[in-house]
Amino acid sequence: MSQDAFDAPPLSQRPEGLEVPSARPGRSAESRSHRAGAEHQEALGFPSDIPDDWQDRALARMEELLARNRSLRVYLDACVHCGACADKCHFYLGTGDPRNMPVGRQDLMRDVYRRHFTPAGRSFPALVRGRELTWDVLEEWFTYFHQCTQCRRCSVFCPYGIDTAEISMAAREILDATGLGQKYTNEIIGKVHKVGNNLGLPKPALEDTVEGLEEDLKDETGHDIRIPVDEVGADVLLITPSADFFAEPHVDGLMGYAKVFHQAGLSWTLSSYASEAANFAMFMGSYEHMKRIAERIRKAALDLEVKRIVVGECGHAWRVAYSFWNTLAGIGQGADADDEYARALQDQLDRRYPVPQHICEMTRDLVERGAIELDPEANAHHGGVTFHDSCNVARASRMGGYAGGQLEIPRQLLRASVPHFHEMADGTTGDATFCCGGGGGLLTDEVMELRVRGAYPRASALGEVMERQGVQKMAAICAICKTQFAKVLPYYGIPRETVISLHELVGNAVRLDRTEA
Amino acid sequence: MLTATYAVLFYLAAAVLVLGLVARAVRYARTPAPLRVPTTPAPTSRGGAAVRVAGEVALFTSLFRSNKWIWLFGWLFHVALLLVLLRHLRYFLEPIPQWVVWIQPFGVYAAYALAGALLALWARRLLIDRIRYISTASDHLALALLLAIGLTGLAIKHFQPTDIVAVKAFFLGLMRLDWQPLPADPLLLTHLALVAVLMAVFPFSKLLHAVGVLFSPSRNQPDNPRERRHVAPWAAALERDQR
Ligand code: SF4
Ligand code: SF4
Repeated sequence: MSQDAFDAPPLSQRPEGLEVPSARPGRSAESRSHRAGAEHQEALGFPSDIPDDWQDRALARMEELLARNRSLRVYLDACVHCGACADKCHFYLGTGDPRNMPVGRQDLMRDVYRRHFTPAGRSFPALVRGRELTWDVLEEWFTYFHQCTQCRRCSVFCPYGIDTAEISMAAREILDATGLGQKYTNEIIGKVHKVGNNLGLPKPALEDTVEGLEEDLKDETGHDIRIPVDEVGADVLLITPSADFFAEPHVDGLMGYAKVFHQAGLSWTLSSYASEAANFAMFMGSYEHMKRIAERIRKAALDLEVKRIVVGECGHAWRVAYSFWNTLAGIGQGADADDEYARALQDQLDRRYPVPQHICEMTRDLVERGAIELDPEANAHHGGVTFHDSCNVARASRMGGYAGGQLEIPRQLLRASVPHFHEMADGTTGDATFCCGGGGGLLTDEVMELRVRGAYPRASALGEVMERQGVQKMAAICAICKTQFAKVLPYYGIPRETVISLHELVGNAVRLDRTEA
Repeated sequence: MLTATYAVLFYLAAAVLVLGLVARAVRYARTPAPLRVPTTPAPTSRGGAAVRVAGEVALFTSLFRSNKWIWLFGWLFHVALLLVLLRHLRYFLEPIPQWVVWIQPFGVYAAYALAGALLALWARRLLIDRIRYISTASDHLALALLLAIGLTGLAIKHFQPTDIVAVKAFFLGLMRLDWQPLPADPLLLTHLALVAVLMAVFPFSKLLHAVGVLFSPSRNQPDNPRERRHVAPWAAALERDQR
């Protein structure tokens, strides 16, 4: 879709109480992800073409998922169609398509569930709107379950905590099993399995890149700040999204981490084998693929004999790391004594630090201990700064030892790093944060109109705080958020440079005065 | 004949209700929750998670944050329903406990509140286009059924008082397996038949949210995945196969 094929909606002046559009069925039906080709399907063990018995396979897969995942079953049963979630999704607010109301999206699967898996739906389909799983229904699934960024905002507001993300993950698993994979996600997962990162960046290229960055750091600071790769015996293994190696504004964040490590005198390393924090298998709900990707990190940590594992700025990656790594690959703490698989790693790691640890947790602790010092005046030229809570960090993870640390710790760092910090409007931050519109595997050009419309609530809140407080930068701690905002904010007349890595600001503020040993 | 029909009807309805709900609860409990997925910020302890769920059950905390009107009518409806049910305990308990006597008048006010809240919820369903869009026939029928039960109950109270001593004897008889005649008032019979229908459809309908709320992983899980390793049985098997 070309840049001119659609207009972004005008920004709202009242971001805390956005007007709810009236339902316009089909409004967003044209925003369809590309289907994965045979090659990308096969690489993940999915059918490369639509099998003749696609319906049986889809229903069989659904039955399996219902048996192995409590959320799916409970969430499909429990909804009372109260409509409380209807106006909570950024995609509904931006498109008005009722299939983008969380409950409208869930019903795509719920109607099929009732028809095929419940007595009421089998006997009285009309009564409960039971729907046969026809090809048209499956096509509708493909469209709208790929219009969910799995941001969990709906779950916060549902009286039963029904999480549409869980349902869209299950739907994508079923679609994959019928040969209807999504190109963007599946292609990327194939690359991680093969090369170790989403970009398909092999070790020599990675080494080249970080060498260039080390030179940039030298030019900028005059210090020999290193970005080590594959250093056996380093204390800290840093797992960061591969976008940090080259994309703007991500790369400045990576240089910020390097400055922090340098100034604190920590020994650290990247791994060329596990050079990716992102785990797109979460987007398609696949436990098996998610596990396979997480296991690369386990192996890297074992091979490099590190004591700690720290994760760079990325939202869904932090969710997978914080919430799932321990389960998937034993990367965490508290495994049973007879759990050899997990123990092999856990006994190697330093118990005094959380496993895994977020880069913001690490930096905040260093500041607190006085190991590094931050000078906010170093960022005075940026003017006011605000902070975008990434969905997966805010609603699906934690930082620090208490509930809500994931909201406070990044803010503590920002406040210490910039002279003027301002919050965006109430109801658009914290655990009610609005998604950037590009998460969940939607960061692909063919759904650009959807991405732009999905960013409407956030762009409105940002535009308002820019006007009201003179804010010029919005810090983010997610690779997807950064890419998405840099791309879509200009549609709203906001410069792409507005979005910035939190650790770029931290990196500017760190006083670099460590005497080299 | 009438008494026997209603006796059997209530035995069946009660059996379907209890067995249906227990079966669902067991099924939910037995279905593994492979990953930690509480919506955060979440309590980090089991006790904290229990308090969170209790808040959802008693106060509808998330709904309160979400939409004040739905919260108001929804909460009013449920509290009114609870009071009305408690008021009806007098038909099942002998002697009647003092507190049941004490709440009798509140039960009557509650019946009005219940009918009012249901009408308000129904109006939302009909008038707001996005809620109309998601509504199914069964959503309307559930409201109609509850409203009909409430209105017939109120009508019995005000227009066709029935022999409540006999009604009580009937229900005590059901419980003691010693059937007593049920008064043949049309309103009473309608009221009771509708209640039996409600009991029987409960486990097969969205009314299951009453059980579901207790089992919702996003609400009932403590947030402690870094501190403890959780592995579902099928996932543990997967891990074993792999090695
Ligand atoms: S998870 Fe986010 S994108 Fe998906 S339906 Fe819920 S609010 Fe919308
Ligand atoms: S808020 Fe929850 S129960 Fe209400 S319609 Fe949405 S998903 Fe269903």
